[in-house]
Amino acid sequence: MADKIPGFDTLAIHAGAAPDPATGARSTPIYQTTAFVFDDVKHAADLFALKAFGNIYTRIMNPTQAVLEAKVAALEGGTAALALASGHAAQMLVFHTMMQPGDEFVATRQLYGGSINQFSHSFKSFGWQVVWADAEDIDSIEKALSPKTKAIFIESIANPGGRITDIAAVSKIAKKAGIPLIVDNTLATPYLCKPIEHGANIVVHSLTKFMGGHGNSMGGAIVDGGNFDWSKSGKYPLLSEPNESYHGMKFYETFGGIAFAIACRVLGLRDLGPAISPQNAFYILTGMETLALRMQRHCDNALKVAEWLSKHPSVAWVNYAGLPSDAHHALHKKYAPRGAGAVFTFGLKGGYDAGVKVVSSVKLLSHLANVGDTRSLIIHPASTTHSQLSPDQLKKAGATPDVVRLSIGIEDVEDIIADLEQAIG
Amino acid sequence: MNHDSYPTDYIRGILQEVKIIALVGASCNDVRPSYLVMKYLLGKGYDVIPVNPGLAGQTLLDQMVYASLKDIPRPIDMVDIFRTSEAAGPIVDEALTLIPKPLVIWMQLTVRNDAAALRAEAAGIKVVMDRCPKMEYGKQSGEWAWVGGNSGIISSRRQHMHANGKLQSLGLGVKTGKD
Repeated sequence: MADKIPGFDTLAIHAGAAPDPATGARSTPIYQTTAFVFDDVKHAADLFALKAFGNIYTRIMNPTQAVLEAKVAALEGGTAALALASGHAAQMLVFHTMMQPGDEFVATRQLYGGSINQFSHSFKSFGWQVVWADAEDIDSIEKALSPKTKAIFIESIANPGGRITDIAAVSKIAKKAGIPLIVDNTLATPYLCKPIEHGANIVVHSLTKFMGGHGNSMGGAIVDGGNFDWSKSGKYPLLSEPNESYHGMKFYETFGGIAFAIACRVLGLRDLGPAISPQNAFYILTGMETLALRMQRHCDNALKVAEWLSKHPSVAWVNYAGLPSDAHHALHKKYAPRGAGAVFTFGLKGGYDAGVKVVSSVKLLSHLANVGDTRSLIIHPASTTHSQLSPDQLKKAGATPDVVRLSIGIEDVEDIIADLEQAIG
Repeated sequence: MNHDSYPTDYIRGILQEVKIIALVGASCNDVRPSYLVMKYLLGKGYDVIPVNPGLAGQTLLDQMVYASLKDIPRPIDMVDIFRTSEAAGPIVDEALTLIPKPLVIWMQLTVRNDAAALRAEAAGIKVVMDRCPKMEYGKQSGEWAWVGGNSGIISSRRQHMHANGKLQSLGLGVKTGKD
């Protein structure tokens, strides 16, 4: 008889987090150490050559970090995960592991602004070329592919909110092209959507957002779906060919379904260095234990706020897939039926000045540049994060002067609505 | 036996039951998976006998290498096959001629031969295919999570340490006395 897989809420608490084998501590200890002793030179050599399981140095692995990784992997239904300093670090290592200078990848424009910057500017200096497509027009993704394309990158629930990507349709394109699909699942979290079930091969996270959930710790993660053949095409030499720095070991041959996660750790993380601190791993782990409770409350509150805004006379429009009238409502029902997330945008009839007035008048919502906190957050992109852009650039970025972005928290929803009511006036 | 997915208890039972493992397709190249698995299983206290006609008569990780299963002069609990799916068929048939017969035939990751598995199971032998005993031991012992792996196993019991003090042993808190 097959094993019964524990439910999501059980995994959120228990996955990866058995009692500490060394001490019996029931809560995961914070292993605040940079290094771990070797038994003898042979043991040290075996660890460095990947011939034995074991800890060496916290830049590469740490027992507190390992619990976080196993938990994220279990919740996403992946084979393994790697926790990192931030979501940006996760993206950097994913592409470092699959790209060579001169290679391309296709990404949809509907992304977190920080990802757009990273892909457009910093990646260019590595010789990695992003080719933009449109998540609203799936055919544009296929048209953007070339023989140099090594991957497709999308967000499940896209930032700035309200949009949900047709993951299975994009996965079909990736499969046909023989390249992996990478999905940023930060805004959905696996509580709402598990991209690997819809054909994703790699999932990335900013754990800083809803996964940790309390706005107190930076972190990122790469999840290996274990469902892509890295040797077949010969396009991914770091995984399929003998690696000089490990005496000719071939990663995919040796590590099979966890080869991508291992390569990101022992090549990318080893050499580029964006390690997560054990302390931050602990805070994020603690937050993740209540992920299901928090996400449901975030989504329930967001829907009530969106419904209220959509009826407000000063509000021109609301982009939230949870509203039945929204263009993404059907995709929300397919991919994230428990909720459409808690980050979305709305537009004020009063334009730029009305946006400035709202963010200047809130008393409960916090005016800052983050999402996925227990607290409700608000930002007016045109006057802050996007203030250096021209009117044309603002339009392309979806940050027209009237746009206000919300990240709805888990306070009493009546209080959130009351604060918005007095601020909108 | 359904060979698409194995219950945790089936794998744990095998890893706790067997003591002597014949590893067919052993390699002296120390970055090959067969070498790494042999080294790991030896470290866990298993008696691993390498089989490779090209290395017969030599020693590998201090163990005598034999040309074939039938040349091994002692009873074997498990045959671990590091060969192609096609080549696994004749190896299984050779294993079936051994007296006494092995308890388990294990085919490595990517190795699967359903016809051979049926012949072995008809002879009362347990079969595992397309799995790695190192990985499965790591999942059962908790070491899998050391590299961020998802073992699919949760437990509120404290793992105990292997006798060498460096690693964890399988059994999720149940002392077996031998691992």
